[in-house]
Amino acid sequence: MARALINFPSPVPRGAVIDIRTLFEHVMETGYRYGVDGKAIPRDIVERFVCLFDGEVVFEATLHPAIAANPYFAFPLRAEKSGELAFAWTDGKGARHVETARLVVTG
Amino acid sequence: MARNAEMTRSNGPAATRRAALSGLALIAVPRLARATPEERDAALAQFLAGRAPQRGRVTIDAPALVENGNSAPVTIRVDSPMTAQSHVTRIALFNEKNPQPQVAEFRLSPRNGRAEVSTRMRLATTQFITAAAEFNDGTVAVDSFEVIVTIAACTEE
Repeated sequence: MARALINFPSPVPRGAVIDIRTLFEHVMETGYRYGVDGKAIPRDIVERFVCLFDGEVVFEATLHPAIAANPYFAFPLRAEKSGELAFAWTDGKGARHVETARLVVTG
Repeated sequence: MARNAEMTRSNGPAATRRAALSGLALIAVPRLARATPEERDAALAQFLAGRAPQRGRVTIDAPALVENGNSAPVTIRVDSPMTAQSHVTRIALFNEKNPQPQVAEFRLSPRNGRAEVSTRMRLATTQFITAAAEFNDGTVAVDSFEVIVTIAACTEE
């Protein structure tokens, strides 16, 4: 699919609430625009974004066409232990893009 | 567009003529697909599910004026300790004048530590955006914020 940018501080002290920022390259075509031929441009949007920590869902978003192109989400997470963060974007055709990153917690 | 919606709902003797007139108006501007404040209210009512929303617990942080409606930053903050006993479970964002009243819905848990979400949204025109939050005790809260848009998004080429 496309490129994703993920940003969060690591390592962090145990118990800290960190901000995770994600940006995913996607046109988010609304389905409400018309091309030069007068025909509606078909909808093509990311419908679901989910963030998992060690396999457990910690943040979930359902998207509609009003979300801007290259969907950006920032959300907090309490860092309790080191583990793997997984990020998944799923579009209307079922195509899925997954990124993983390791969160290191000290102390 | 709100007037057209009103017209199509009326059933009086003049309704046929009014419907014909509104039909003409639609032909003249076929590309103005817009939700109405009523549709926003319906989408919000679905989220609230009959519960009376509180004010003041949800805050929308967005610029009062955005130059480009294609990407307007929006942050939603909810006053909640985010503990197992008391936390936010869902946050939804709505608009009143884009083609569709829904913008996004987020699910949170005590794992988040803080009840806050940021994203970037499209704005078809100057309008109110509304955020609603649902808490684990079943209560709900809302906030609305008007954003003035100088360059619209969504329906133009």
